[in-house]
Amino acid sequence: MAQPLNYLKETASQTAGPYVHIGLIPGMAGFDIFEKNFSNVLVTPDTKGERITLEGRVLDGTGTPLRDVLLEIWQANAAGRYNHPADRSAGALDEDFRGWGRAGSDFDSGLITFETIKPGAITDKAGRKCAPHVNVWIVARGINIGLNTRLYFSDEEAANAADPVLNLIEQPVRRSTLIAKRSERAGKVVYSFTINLQGPEETVFFDV
Amino acid sequence: MTAQAARIAAAQDAARLNRPEPFTPPLGDGGFFQRDRSIHPPAHAPGYKSSVLRSPRQSLLSLENSISEITGPVFGHNDLGPLDNDLIRNYAKDGDPIGERIIVHGRVMDETGRGVPNTLVEFWQANAGGRYRHKKDTYLAPVDPNFGGCGRALTDDSGYYYFRTIKPGPYPWRNYVNSWRPAHIHFSVFGSGFAQRLITQMYFEGDPLIPVCPILTTIPDKDALDRLVAPLDLNASTPFDSLTYRFDIVLRGARSTYFENRPEGN
Repeated sequence: MAQPLNYLKETASQTAGPYVHIGLIPGMAGFDIFEKNFSNVLVTPDTKGERITLEGRVLDGTGTPLRDVLLEIWQANAAGRYNHPADRSAGALDEDFRGWGRAGSDFDSGLITFETIKPGAITDKAGRKCAPHVNVWIVARGINIGLNTRLYFSDEEAANAADPVLNLIEQPVRRSTLIAKRSERAGKVVYSFTINLQGPEETVFFDV
Repeated sequence: MTAQAARIAAAQDAARLNRPEPFTPPLGDGGFFQRDRSIHPPAHAPGYKSSVLRSPRQSLLSLENSISEITGPVFGHNDLGPLDNDLIRNYAKDGDPIGERIIVHGRVMDETGRGVPNTLVEFWQANAGGRYRHKKDTYLAPVDPNFGGCGRALTDDSGYYYFRTIKPGPYPWRNYVNSWRPAHIHFSVFGSGFAQRLITQMYFEGDPLIPVCPILTTIPDKDALDRLVAPLDLNASTPFDSLTYRFDIVLRGARSTYFENRPEGN
C-alpha cells in the first residue's frame, strides 16, 4: 500500500430547480428581501467601453425556450483585463466594472438579456491573443450540473478565426454556435445568441 | 522555516553563489484540478424526467483552464445586508416564521482541504410546510407571511459560514405521480474562479425520502450522495433555542503556483 493522498472530493452538483430565482434573483420570484441585489446590468454610468446588450434564449431538445433558466456571465473589461487578483495582465483595471452578472429568462418568452460592455481581447498564458468573449454558466431545472459555454462576437471575424479555443472545436460548423450576432436597434448595439441544449445545432459546451 | 521557504532560500543561495539551481517543480498555472465527473450526476438522467430534453448529447469539449476560468467575480461585505444570513428575521413582518428553528454551519474548502475565504454562499428553501415563496409554486401548503426563504453569507478567512433558518418541509412534485422531495436547502457557491462555480442541495440526516428521491439518485456515487446529507451537530446546537446541522462544501482544488506570491496563499 502506498501512502494515501487524502484529497477531498468535490461536492456533487444538484439541479438549481425551478425556483432558483428565490435565492439568486428574489425579485423575479415575486418578493423584495435584500437591500442589495445582483442583476443583469453589469455597467454603471462610469464603466469604460462600448455599451452592448446581450440577448438570447436557451432552447430544449424540442426547440422550446426554457422559461426557468438562469445564466451568469463573467467577462473581462474593455481593456481585456478580468477584475480578479489572479489576472496580472497589462490592461488597466476598471473599478466601475466587476465583470459579472446574472439573469433569469422571461417567464413567458424565455428571453434573457444582459446590459454590459464589449470585452477587450485577452492574452493567454502562451502570449496568444484570444478573441473577445463572454464566459457563460447555465443552470435550470433539469440541468444536473451547470453548463459552461462562451459567447464570441460576429464582428470579430479575424480574431475569432485565430482564437485558440474556437480552433479547438473540430467541426468548423460547430464554432458558429458560439458566435453572437451584432445588430443595431434604436441606436443600441445588440448581440443575439441562441443556446441549443440538443439537436443538430447543439451549442458547444466546455468541460472547464 | 516551511519546506517551501527552504526551497526558495536554496534557490536564492544557488543564484547568489552562481551554482546550478536545485531541482524545483515546474511552475503551476493556477488551473483547477480536472473535475471528476463520476461523482456528479450525468446531464442525461432519465429517472429525473426534466433532464431528458435539457441535457447536451455531444461530448463536452475539454478546455485547459485559461485566465477566463481561473478568475471569477469577487464579492465583499458591501454586497450583503446585516440580516442576509438570518432567514428567521430577514423577511419577518409581524412575528417569527413557523417551524423548527435551526442553524446551518460549515466550511467551504477546496479539494486540498484549504478553506476558501471570502467567497459568496447563497441559499434558498421552502418553508416548514414545503411551500416556496415563488410566483410559480402552486402547492396547496400555505405561504408563511414571515418567511422569505433565501439568504447569503460570505465565508470568513478560514472558509467558515453559518446562517439561521427554519427547517424546510418536504413537498410533492411532478416526476412520477407520487414523487416527493426530501427536505433540502439549495446552495450556490462561487470559489475564487468561475470554473469552481457550483450549485447543489443539502439534505438532512435521517430523512426517509432521501433514498427514493429521483433528483438525489441521479448521483451515481453513494459516497458523493452521502456527502450531501448534513448530520445533526448537537454540540453546536443552542440549548432551548436551535438545533444545528453541519454542511461542509468542497470546491475544486487549484494546482499550486510554486514560487509565486498568490493572493490566496499556497
